[in-house]
Amino acid sequence: MSAPTVVAASRSSRLAWAAADTWVVARRHLWHLLRRPDELLGTLMIPVLAVAMFGFVFGDALGAAMAVPGTEYREFLLPGLFALTMAFGIGNTTIATAADVRGGVLDRMRSLPMSPVAFLAGRSLADVLVALVELAILMGLGVLFGWQWHSGPGPVLAALALLILLRAACSWVGILLGLLVSGPEAAMKYFALVFPLAMVADTVVPTHLMPGWLAGPAGWNPLSATVVAIRDLFGNPAGPSASWVADHAVPMAVAWPLAITALCLPLALARLRGLAR
Amino acid sequence: MSTDRRDAAILAEGVRKHYPGRGAALDGLDLAVAPGTVHGLLGPNGAGKTTAVRILATLVRLDGGSARVAGCDVASDPARVRARIGLAGQHAALDEVLSGRQNLEMFARLHHLRARAARRRAGALLERFDLEAAADRPVRNYSGGMRRRLDLAVSLIRGADVLFLDEPSTGLDPRSRNEVWNAVRELAASGTTVLLTTQYLEEADRLCSRISLMDRGRVVAEGSPSELKARVGGSRLEVAVPAGRDLAAAAGSISAALCAAPEIDPAARRISAPVRGGVGALGRLARTLDEAGLQADDVSLRRPDLDDVFLRLTAGPIREGKGR
Repeated sequence: MSAPTVVAASRSSRLAWAAADTWVVARRHLWHLLRRPDELLGTLMIPVLAVAMFGFVFGDALGAAMAVPGTEYREFLLPGLFALTMAFGIGNTTIATAADVRGGVLDRMRSLPMSPVAFLAGRSLADVLVALVELAILMGLGVLFGWQWHSGPGPVLAALALLILLRAACSWVGILLGLLVSGPEAAMKYFALVFPLAMVADTVVPTHLMPGWLAGPAGWNPLSATVVAIRDLFGNPAGPSASWVADHAVPMAVAWPLAITALCLPLALARLRGLAR
Repeated sequence: MSTDRRDAAILAEGVRKHYPGRGAALDGLDLAVAPGTVHGLLGPNGAGKTTAVRILATLVRLDGGSARVAGCDVASDPARVRARIGLAGQHAALDEVLSGRQNLEMFARLHHLRARAARRRAGALLERFDLEAAADRPVRNYSGGMRRRLDLAVSLIRGADVLFLDEPSTGLDPRSRNEVWNAVRELAASGTTVLLTTQYLEEADRLCSRISLMDRGRVVAEGSPSELKARVGGSRLEVAVPAGRDLAAAAGSISAALCAAPEIDPAARRISAPVRGGVGALGRLARTLDEAGLQADDVSLRRPDLDDVFLRLTAGPIREGKGR
């Protein structure tokens, strides 16, 4: 059995190879989804249960506090849960990345003539594609629970784009953390830290109902910008606009994820290079 | 007997690696491996075996010295080294969820094979490593031996000139271990240079044509298994003296019969002495013991093994088992 000849990568084609490698890595994670659909269900468990808990158990009470009926609270709630799901994705990304570091898959990839960036970019691409599936399922469930959008296809697509942008940023946070933590077990222990990130925001409870010292940070939470922006784009009810961020929600919903990515991506790359030290 | 440096497949000269807080992992490693041979790095935990492999496989940068693999410098030209090597680490670096075939195809694509070539290569490797029946099952359902074979197959996608195996049989049952050993022998026979690390003396003895014994980040002895054993001396006779008999008197008789100074281990009540002449000496000793009325519990002729080499040349006994 003779070894296959390999296409030599010239300098000019390196970018093309990096893109091809990225797709190969991303496809690996998508195969996971097909082989273990139960993992996707696990990811969706929190937002689905949150719809049930917040929408129905607390729905009328929160609606009363907001001086709206429970049904309208659910219209308010769903966009918050969409963004919350994007944030919870950090946990999966961190755990999976840490497992690849621990299990030697990353070492093997680093010993291949592939682009090392592709290991990270492929993960991020897969996260974004999986997020599309998650959002489709959540929006379907939302409709069942009485949520709907009141705008045309343009704003709805824009809202989806903002959510995907948020997921991409969360993916790079997860990748960086996955490269930093000591292993997947440690990543699981830290998972609970996602809760304040997801809850101290304009997601489930409107910020004006929070204590004043909490409302400020909640407004500046990157999730809040996205949630306020997509509530507007979907035509769903929002809390009273209470902060500078809420007044500039759409530009902030673009700026926050870009800033987070601009911070985490180079750090993750540096960490990857640092593994050789 | 040493490998000619110019055509060594692996050449390390004075390689040093220092980890902050942990001290020197490698403290002047010298290594020359002839092409097409199986070379063993044998040493206790913490001797620096894994660090050596990680440096040679370009995963970790060296702090000092130089190393060439398949003619390419690991520090200045890691990309070309990567194109010529295969690596199988301590853990099977596989995707547990994907099937064996999917793993092979994915890593083949990351070796920059075209889709069709990757499929063909995956099929050929599955056949070669006898994994066709399980090809489409998820790897998490594979046995330890199957996993290792798949790991080897993945490391050979590119038809590597040099293959690094870090503790290839750790955690395997004897049957799986034999499967991996056979695969390694076939590879060497087809011209691949193999550098393997091991804590198992038996493994080094059975597989490697040459062994570098490592201790505290450097090579303390190098040679073929028989050369290393010869350094410890010839066979030794061991006599177990029954309780109630005078150890010193027995030692005297043994000394007279073998013309050699015996060592006495009072706790185990064993007397051992170097012996030349093999079975003839045994016969002589049996007569002597008989004449002295000393009914020994056990008389045995023991050839030195790598354990003796190890004890003689490193700081302590080799610790078999887990860990790196």
